Amino acid sequence: MLNTIDQIFIKAKQIILDILSPFLPEWMMILISIFIVIVTLCVFGPVVMMYLTLLERKFIGRMQNRYGPNRCGIFGLLQPLSDGIKMFTKEDIVPQKADPFAHFLGPITVIIPSLLVFSVIPFGRNMIPSDLSIGILFFFAVASTSTLWIFTAAWGSRNKFSLLGGMRAVAQMVSYEIPMLLSIVPALLVVGSFSTVAIVNAQEGLQWFVFTPWGLVGFILFFLTGVAEVNRCPFDLPEGESEIIAGFHTEYSGMKFALFYMAEYMNAFSVSALVTTVYLGGWQGPILPSWLWFFAKTFVLISIMMWFRGTFPRMRVDQLMGFAWRGLLPLAFINLLAAALWVHLSFPLNDILSFCILTVSVLMIYVANRKVAPKKRIYKYAYE
Amino acid sequence: MHIPIDHILVFTSILFLIGLYGALSRRNAVGILISIEIMLNAVNVNFIAFSRSFASSPESGQIFVMFAIVLAAATAAVGLAIVLNIYRNQKTIYTDEIHLLKW
Amino acid sequence: MTLFQFLATTAFYAAMLGILIAAALCVTVRNLFHSAVFLAFTLIGIAMLYFFLQAEFIAAMQILLYVGAIMTLIVFAVMLTSRMGNPAVPQSFKNKKIVFLPLGLVGFILISAILKTPWETSEPQTAVNAVTLGKALMNQYVFPFEVVSLVLLVALIGAIVIARSE
Repeated sequence: MLNTIDQIFIKAKQIILDILSPFLPEWMMILISIFIVIVTLCVFGPVVMMYLTLLERKFIGRMQNRYGPNRCGIFGLLQPLSDGIKMFTKEDIVPQKADPFAHFLGPITVIIPSLLVFSVIPFGRNMIPSDLSIGILFFFAVASTSTLWIFTAAWGSRNKFSLLGGMRAVAQMVSYEIPMLLSIVPALLVVGSFSTVAIVNAQEGLQWFVFTPWGLVGFILFFLTGVAEVNRCPFDLPEGESEIIAGFHTEYSGMKFALFYMAEYMNAFSVSALVTTVYLGGWQGPILPSWLWFFAKTFVLISIMMWFRGTFPRMRVDQLMGFAWRGLLPLAFINLLAAALWVHLSFPLNDILSFCILTVSVLMIYVANRKVAPKKRIYKYAYE
Repeated sequence: MHIPIDHILVFTSILFLIGLYGALSRRNAVGILISIEIMLNAVNVNFIAFSRSFASSPESGQIFVMFAIVLAAATAAVGLAIVLNIYRNQKTIYTDEIHLLKW
Repeated sequence: MTLFQFLATTAFYAAMLGILIAAALCVTVRNLFHSAVFLAFTLIGIAMLYFFLQAEFIAAMQILLYVGAIMTLIVFAVMLTSRMGNPAVPQSFKNKKIVFLPLGLVGFILISAILKTPWETSEPQTAVNAVTLGKALMNQYVFPFEVVSLVLLVALIGAIVIARSE
């Protein structure tokens, strides 16, 4: 019974294929089995995005002592649909001075990487769209292209605020990509494979990487850099509305704006899903079906992102850069060293040693980055 | 899937020629750098095709591509830094207007 | 030939054609920013070719380094050196026709040499993945690897020193 619920989506796909198989030739069946996965992903992404917007509005509403949307349907469940209709029917404005090619290309190409990265995320036991041998690397490679397209959109708008937002986006995403890549290297070192399935299988039976010293640090690093990489609070400088209107999507309206919005939420989901996969054990967990574990962990991480948004003020540009280059990057390197020692040594010694190294280095980085305020000068003789 | 190697080689030589055309005909220094990137990529595809098609040491070709990509990154960084410096000093990046060393 | 092989072969030739078109547009369009965007398309297409040729690791590296890093550099250079607002000035030399002379010469030599050589190809037995690449990099090619890392360091320092404003 439990096994059936665990594999329910695989079974559903198999049933569809079984119904169709008497009527169609073999090559058609292969195409259809691929097609089912692609359609599922292409529907799943936007639906997740729509309900994430609703969840976020409700969540932040409660934090600010109000209800959030509750007029459309029960609990406001139809609100995303009405938002979608509004977006579709809005006029699509292209500024006169804008570069039409780049202005058109930006939103379309931003959405493609955020859909593509879903293909290497293991949603449950046997539920991965394609188990590439370079899964993790594929995720980072595809996700890193979105920098260029955001800048294309910003440049094509021919607007100072757009350009400022685009430049901020490029600077931020390039800076945070380095600690982000380094923060998953310890997990790859322990597992010895790029495949996301192999990483999840290595965390069998509550041996999640987050329970080891290097795993805890890696988890925090990866989650923080991930939040920065998808431009969410408190790292949402590229679209800081109190400074530069709406950043790189100032000049977009209607469906093109909706595409940016969609890409942002889908990226938030996929980054949370990858953090879950690499450090929180993916779909591993007792009793409950695997996909339920996966979504529960992912939504906990997304809720933490929303909590950040509800409570943290936005960072300054210099704070943002300093945090990446002086705080996260050295810690990521030291974490790599700690993980290597952890693999090399045997059980009681490895935990203790890596814990000590990481504690000392976190303290040292904190002390080295401490704000040195000059001492208040006391004038001894001035008033005599 | 089996692609005959001479098809890939002809394709890469055409790509190389396109890059060469760009490098020779562009006035803009950044444009020349862009064309050089195309030429480098044409050569990289050749390496991969050879590593696929000859049995001895298939990983050598891929490792050379990695080195080529790293060196391309170094070229781009230094080249663009030089271009920026020229732009700052000469207020132009058109290669026919930069004649500081002519006389 | 099974359907999959047919589809893969068709996709391979289509990708080649797409790359050639994108590259041709890249070297001919007047707007330098568009040229950079077409370069990005060319690079992504080449990464797809690597995927087809079963060099997945190199394909990921290509996208990560070229499209993620080098394109950002180029786009920033385009932005910093373009004269925003001015009508586009000609981007090529006036006597473009003379370029075709060396081009034809090089092309003739290359393509005739390729077509005349009898290629004795043989399929490699072992697939190359990240593990074998890493092992080769740390055994056979460890010296070039170190030299390349030194070159990167020198390029990093050099770029900072050159581009720094006083």
